[in-house]
Amino acid sequence: MNDQLVISGFCTLRQHRVVHNGKLLFEDPGSNTVEFLTAAYNHFRISYPKFHKMDQLAKLGFLTTEILLKDTDINSRYKADRIGIILANSSSSLESDRNHQKTIASRDNYFPSPSVFVYTLPNVVIGEICIKNKINGEGNFFVMERFDPLFFANYLPQLFNNDIVDCSITGWTEVNGNDYESVIFLIEKKKHTDGGIANFTVSEIESVYIRK
Amino acid sequence: MEQLVQKLKEEIITVLNLSEMKPENIDEKAPLFIDGLGLDSIDALELTVLLEKKYGLKINTPEEGKKVLYSVNSLAQFIRENNKG
Amino acid sequence: MSGKVYITGTGIISSTGQNCKEVLDSLLSSRSGIGNLTLIDSVHKDEIPVAEVKASNELLKQLAGVPHRETWSRTSLLGLIAVREALASSGFTDSPGIRKGIISATTVGGMDRTERFYKHFRKNNCHGRLRDVITHDMGDSTEKIAGACGIKDIVTTISTACSSSANSILLGSRLISSGILDMVVAGGADSLTLFTLNGFNSLMILDKRGCKPFDDDRNGLTLGEGAGYLVLESEQSVERSGRKALAVVSGYGNACDAFHQTASSPDGDGAFLSMKKALTRAQLDPSEINYINAHGTGTRNNDLSEGRAIERLFASSVPPFSSTKAYTGHTLGAAGGIEAVFSVMAITEKCIWPSLHFSRPMNELKFVPEGNLIRNANVRNVLSNSFGFGGNNTSLIFTGI
Repeated sequence: MNDQLVISGFCTLRQHRVVHNGKLLFEDPGSNTVEFLTAAYNHFRISYPKFHKMDQLAKLGFLTTEILLKDTDINSRYKADRIGIILANSSSSLESDRNHQKTIASRDNYFPSPSVFVYTLPNVVIGEICIKNKINGEGNFFVMERFDPLFFANYLPQLFNNDIVDCSITGWTEVNGNDYESVIFLIEKKKHTDGGIANFTVSEIESVYIRK
Repeated sequence: MEQLVQKLKEEIITVLNLSEMKPENIDEKAPLFIDGLGLDSIDALELTVLLEKKYGLKINTPEEGKKVLYSVNSLAQFIRENNKG
Repeated sequence: MSGKVYITGTGIISSTGQNCKEVLDSLLSSRSGIGNLTLIDSVHKDEIPVAEVKASNELLKQLAGVPHRETWSRTSLLGLIAVREALASSGFTDSPGIRKGIISATTVGGMDRTERFYKHFRKNNCHGRLRDVITHDMGDSTEKIAGACGIKDIVTTISTACSSSANSILLGSRLISSGILDMVVAGGADSLTLFTLNGFNSLMILDKRGCKPFDDDRNGLTLGEGAGYLVLESEQSVERSGRKALAVVSGYGNACDAFHQTASSPDGDGAFLSMKKALTRAQLDPSEINYINAHGTGTRNNDLSEGRAIERLFASSVPPFSSTKAYTGHTLGAAGGIEAVFSVMAITEKCIWPSLHFSRPMNELKFVPEGNLIRNANVRNVLSNSFGFGGNNTSLIFTGI
């Protein structure tokens, strides 16, 4: 018998607003992407200096997850290798790819930056989340044209039903130029929660995604 | 030397994205790696890029790197000793 | 539901050969594909050895059966050649109601064409052919290959650095065993680019002498390019056509090392976990593994970390193991797929592939890789490791039938 999965938390960073479980927690309308991410980092008192070394994609995914996980206590409720992270986007690591490309463009002024190159892989954001939260479970990063609720609704249950994870952080984290959006869910088995916010279904996933 | 040390501290903060640090918080004698600022291997590589880009100096071996990048003072000394003018 | 996952076909193209037969021949002859960089114009041309597929894009187009006027990235061409071979070798025939999928992985995507475009665009932003950039996206290569092969039920792209195509096979196996698909082509492709050459060089982890995995004198990896795919099928799909399978995917595991963005933890925690998970899923004891195809990139960090993890898991009975990256170079997103093909070949040919360029045992480990080819070996269970930046570690187990 497959366990019912629930959304026990969700966090959206979009249009310079931070919305957690449907509640607006912070906004910084006048800023650009980098300023917004830094302002949010300061506002939520994250206190993790390595944040500043991350590229925009990693900062976005990392921040969204930090806010999502606050007060959820998943590290004490689940074993480290039973928490999975499944993320997706459409632009992969394009922001950092562009930055890396700039540093190798000219044969005369050629100074590739190792710390930029590190982020030219979209899954490094998963690594950052795991390092901070000491998570060792399964991780995967998918690249697809657009946010697809059906994909997540089909994929996550497989991980739970095949006994790979007991808890999962999953969602969409996308940066391309000045456009960014991050919608990340915390998924658990209903029996491990007090009911959660909503069942993990296509319509609920979609409704969280489109919510402002 | 004082000026170079100060400049290096500012450059280290910029190049390594140490946004929460101020130059006056960096002890020029303290180790940069493991203890002290706790920098990692990618930071070490960025510092070698900084040396080449801003000062035109190359580090040729990991052993040389360990000595030169030990602290802000050792970095400053390396630059002074090899300054092309 | 937990059905068996049969491997019915393999397809490969790498610096050591353009198809399974040529690649197998190179394996048996201990012939490495590492050499000079000839196909890309780089400042590092004469300093850094690479493992190029010995074919221009024009020749790849012919091999792939792609019309000359169509724009395909090198990654996509490599992928299509290997996918076509895998499908042909599987003997799979389509019929109504059969659910098919393709899980393809890449890290570079269409970067080779984008670099071509950028060279002209940078000098004058009215120059550069726009069709050279529309193939940039990673998903483009998957969709082009899927389109050329008529696969549409599930088409998806994975990008997790060097574990990418191993994760394709992991996901493909799950889709078969849970009854969602009847047939999946799973693997990956990556081509050499200035982007990766310069990037890895900036990390100072390229060995200018060519990689020497698990050698005490090793000093880095050698970049390579290529593609490797498996055709995975359900029991019913195989039985319905009366074909014979080559092997099964009996185990898989993925774990996060959670240590550093690019370096592996000193004791190989992520590697230990992924191997353990794969063994648990395969219901095998470590002593039942006959050969480990290691990730073994030749960097000081990976080989020590992976070596320690192997020692922790296998204790005093480490099976024969090797890294085949001294043959093919490190093919990044394609590595898991290419090495899966090597693992299946180890089973069908009863061989243990040698760790070329190995001569000095590592001081820190109590065991050494196989330096020579071993024939007529008992190879039933093969463990294959692929570890990516971001600490994404995947282990696959293949078992003979």
